[in-house]
Amino acid sequence: MRLKSFPWFGMDIGGTLVKLVYFEPVDITAEEEQEEVENLKSIRRYLTSNVAYGKTGVRDVHLELRNLTMCGRTGNLHFIRFPTQAMHRFIQMGRDKNFSSLHTTLCATGGGAYKFENDFRTMADLELLKLDELDCLIRGLLFVDRVGFNGHPECYYFQNPSDTQSCVKRPCSLDNPFPMLLVNIGSGVSILAVYSQDNYKRVTGTSLGGGTFLGLCCLLTGCETFEEALEMASKGDSTNVDKLVKDIYGGDYERFGLQGSAVASSFGHMMSKEKRDSISKEDLARATLVTITNNIGSIARMCAVNEKIERVVFVGNFLRINTVSTKLLAYAMDFWSKGQLRALFLEHEGYFGAVGALMELLKTTEEQ
Amino acid sequence: INWEIIFIKKYSHSHSMDKSITLPPDEIFRNLENAKRFAIDIGGSLTKLAYYSTVQHKVAKVRSFDHTAKVINTSISCELYEISVQEEITARLHFIKFENAYIETCLDFIKDHLVNTETKVIKATGGGAHKFKDLIEKKLGLKVDKEDEMTCLIKGCNFVLKNIPHEAFVYAKHADSEFRFQNTHPDIFPYLLVNIGSGVSIVKVESEDKFERIGGSSIGGGTFWGLGALLTKTKRFDELLQLASKGQHTSVDMLVKDIYGGSYGSLGLTGDLIASSFGKSATADKDFSKEDMAKSLLHMISNDIGQLACLYAKLHNLSRVYFGGFFIRGHPVTMHTITYSINFFTKGEVQALFLRHEGYLGAIGAFLKGAEEDNPNQYSWGENYAGSSGLMSVSPDINPMQRARSGTFDMLEMDRLERQLVNLPLLQDASSYIPDTVDLTEDALAREYWLSCFEEALDGVVKRAVASQPDIPEAAERAEKFRQKYRHKLQTLRHQPFAYGSLTVRSLLDTREHCLNEFNFPDPYSKIKQRENDVALKYYQKAVKSLEELSWEERQFALVRVELTAGPFCEQLERPWLVDAYDQWIERLKGPPHKCALFFVDNSGMDIILGVMPFVRELLCRGTEVVLASNSGPALNDVTNGELQILTERIAAMDPVIQSGLKEDRLTLVQSGSSSPCLDLSRLDKVLAMVVRERQTDLVIIEGMGRAIHTNYYAMLTCESLKMAVIKNSWLADRLGGKLFSVVFKYEDPTRKPSKDTVALTPS
Repeated sequence: MRLKSFPWFGMDIGGTLVKLVYFEPVDITAEEEQEEVENLKSIRRYLTSNVAYGKTGVRDVHLELRNLTMCGRTGNLHFIRFPTQAMHRFIQMGRDKNFSSLHTTLCATGGGAYKFENDFRTMADLELLKLDELDCLIRGLLFVDRVGFNGHPECYYFQNPSDTQSCVKRPCSLDNPFPMLLVNIGSGVSILAVYSQDNYKRVTGTSLGGGTFLGLCCLLTGCETFEEALEMASKGDSTNVDKLVKDIYGGDYERFGLQGSAVASSFGHMMSKEKRDSISKEDLARATLVTITNNIGSIARMCAVNEKIERVVFVGNFLRINTVSTKLLAYAMDFWSKGQLRALFLEHEGYFGAVGALMELLKTTEEQ
Repeated sequence: INWEIIFIKKYSHSHSMDKSITLPPDEIFRNLENAKRFAIDIGGSLTKLAYYSTVQHKVAKVRSFDHTAKVINTSISCELYEISVQEEITARLHFIKFENAYIETCLDFIKDHLVNTETKVIKATGGGAHKFKDLIEKKLGLKVDKEDEMTCLIKGCNFVLKNIPHEAFVYAKHADSEFRFQNTHPDIFPYLLVNIGSGVSIVKVESEDKFERIGGSSIGGGTFWGLGALLTKTKRFDELLQLASKGQHTSVDMLVKDIYGGSYGSLGLTGDLIASSFGKSATADKDFSKEDMAKSLLHMISNDIGQLACLYAKLHNLSRVYFGGFFIRGHPVTMHTITYSINFFTKGEVQALFLRHEGYLGAIGAFLKGAEEDNPNQYSWGENYAGSSGLMSVSPDINPMQRARSGTFDMLEMDRLERQLVNLPLLQDASSYIPDTVDLTEDALAREYWLSCFEEALDGVVKRAVASQPDIPEAAERAEKFRQKYRHKLQTLRHQPFAYGSLTVRSLLDTREHCLNEFNFPDPYSKIKQRENDVALKYYQKAVKSLEELSWEERQFALVRVELTAGPFCEQLERPWLVDAYDQWIERLKGPPHKCALFFVDNSGMDIILGVMPFVRELLCRGTEVVLASNSGPALNDVTNGELQILTERIAAMDPVIQSGLKEDRLTLVQSGSSSPCLDLSRLDKVLAMVVRERQTDLVIIEGMGRAIHTNYYAMLTCESLKMAVIKNSWLADRLGGKLFSVVFKYEDPTRKPSKDTVALTPS
């Protein structure tokens, strides 16, 4: 067996973000070190010594998986992201660093693998190995869950999701993960019923996803980044924007078992001019977040019931630093299913596609 | 009250200039003097008022003179029977829809005209009922009794689905006719109602009294309106929809092709599919047009609702999904996006259905709640075309009149039918039965012809109406009002053929009858019918005698010919006919007699007396029982049940065969339950259905253009049937590839292969 030559990358080019995982070998022998071309060294140094790349690239240091063994090699797995808009700059960098001389295969998944394939070829003389994003997502997710998060479980849930006071995050294991409903919230949302690593189907999807949250927030509040939007949302009150059941019925709508605090109409108060004039940007950001999250929860719940699956796993970068949404999803699953459904979350939210792509690289190696 | 002035005063406070009242008030709140049982549904912008009234109608009644056998045989013989115009009281439901801005003025008007003092309570529903409670109680002096909104909605929905043919429709934006109306299904349950108000409620309805809210969503009409107002600074819901109809969502939404560069082939997701709504508004640093944002928002919300509706339909295994609520309410834009979404998510397995009277459901339901002691659900009701506004197209592109719509009053009137109506038990498949042969909503050429045809015939109808009431001086004035009303209906139908469901020759005829009734011309043909019956009766014995002299085979042919040509004096009609199954019919007659024949009769005079009666006589002689079904009420020169009773008695006095048939109960007269020149086999008198079942009817005979050509030509029955008519319209004859006075003689036996001689009555 001949090992695939370094560098080992896995890339997931989504609609909004590019997710890149990089395996940094830490067991390099002196002999290897000598043989290692300068180019490769400089890439390693560049990636591992920085936490930010250019204006928009970020390494999620807290997610780094240390001393991981992959394909007989030990190393650290780094998680890097940058906006898809910067893709052309990234390809240019690949050309400048003469990446094509490294004889590596660049495994890429996500829609961008298709969209940018030709740009990689013509601009940087690089051939992409294009991989299906859902295959990669599931493979990557199962792998990360198996290896764990530096000695801790990758998976968690919320205990007492219906009580904001006592609601706490708890680690858990995905030991016997099948069947699971996998809800991947990126720019849009895909919902998969997964029965085994290779047996899954896409149940449905919705276009109301992370891209919708950010897009609407930008239009409504003038914010520019996901972080900014979330920051505002964390300070806002959505009940100034949404019409609740009690706003219409004065209390619960008992005939249908609807609580007065339930949202009857998202943005419903905004039909009135006075209300429009009296709300803050923070309120709007919060309402947008709550609307999108509740809707995803509602569709996911219906799918779980239709597919008769009790375990609902939420992943995707929409959930990054977004405890408002994770808690809301946990609450919605629990409340509307009367405790039948449990919402599970994973620490490496949006990176599983990229991990899956990297694994494909190593798999092609094994087969050689 | 000068309404124009009152309303014009009102406009000066309102923002738009296009509000004008287009109907005189006495035509809006009609029959208030007899009104009782009020109900009101006050929504976010529209109020719907409902009440029950009794209507005094003039009806033509026939009464037999006290003839003795002696009188008949003398030459003094005067008129056959007596016609008298009587007052009849019928029940009617009125529903009126108007903008909330007019509530106060309308309440004042009602107060001033309300005579009935028994009324103490007004049932109220809708989100605005609370807000206007005090005003209503003060103005009308009635106690406001609130009813649950959803319960009213469902009650109303059940009522219209059961009682209004062509209530539900499928919307197809790019088809020749946007509205594809559905048959009234004999069993309306179970169904899913998706009510899109400010939020969304998804209700599963299992029976008249059993329904459950199985789900809902907070993303609804309020989200479109509220978020739309924030994004575009456009305040009104209608304007937002208009913006949306002009926008391009692709500049705002992230499509699959924006991510993939093309389609996502392995999942079958096309490149144009929206991957992320508003996905581009976060990444691009440009300004988006109001139109584009509104469009994107509309797609986002419609798709989301459609998806949820499909998930619920699937979970509960329901295929009939009706959409309503202010988000839908006749707006082509939202009906289109919802339809698109349902098609996408169910791959065409579920159709999105909409309702013509969707806006009235709450008011109808609230009314029914208050009228339970009158048992309205025990009766059959019919839409009165004369008093109902019909479905408006609210698409500004399609109908420029739309803008003027605000400020007008929309009305629905339903008449209580004397008889309860049910399906003919002999229909092969009641749920797919369509009475009408040609749908003029879909056939533009035919529509153009028939609309012009009815318009040209209008002068004649008016003349006849006046002539039918020679002693009443103001008849001419009323006839003129009738002319205006019907002409206006025809004009409306030219622009909105879908206004009352599928436009058909039948609906054009029925609308004319309704309009004539409206202006107290209950039976313009009564005198003509009387005269013709009188003349024909004189020839009855002679005709029967000459038929009896023929050989069996000759006689059978003569009977058919005479039946077709309405008397022995018409020209000979050479075979082969346009549709000619005569040989099969004769073969059949050589076999055993039928158990019982149901005969739907057509015209008075020669047709019934010299055509139908000898035919009936022959059947009776063969040992076949006969049920003669005639109209309950007058329509054109069709013989009514009342007239037929008298005629049959007269004939029985001359003819022992008919006499013994009546005596032995082998000849029975029933009423069809209809007052139309055409025939809807799915809405027939319950008694008729019972008789048909009891007698084990195995032959149905339908005669005449209206019943056998314009309707029922393609009707499939479980027993043998005979459809006979002469095409008396040159345009139709031409279209069928025949000549004027071509004969259609269609004999069908469901146990045998269909006859090859069938002519398609619809262009291929």
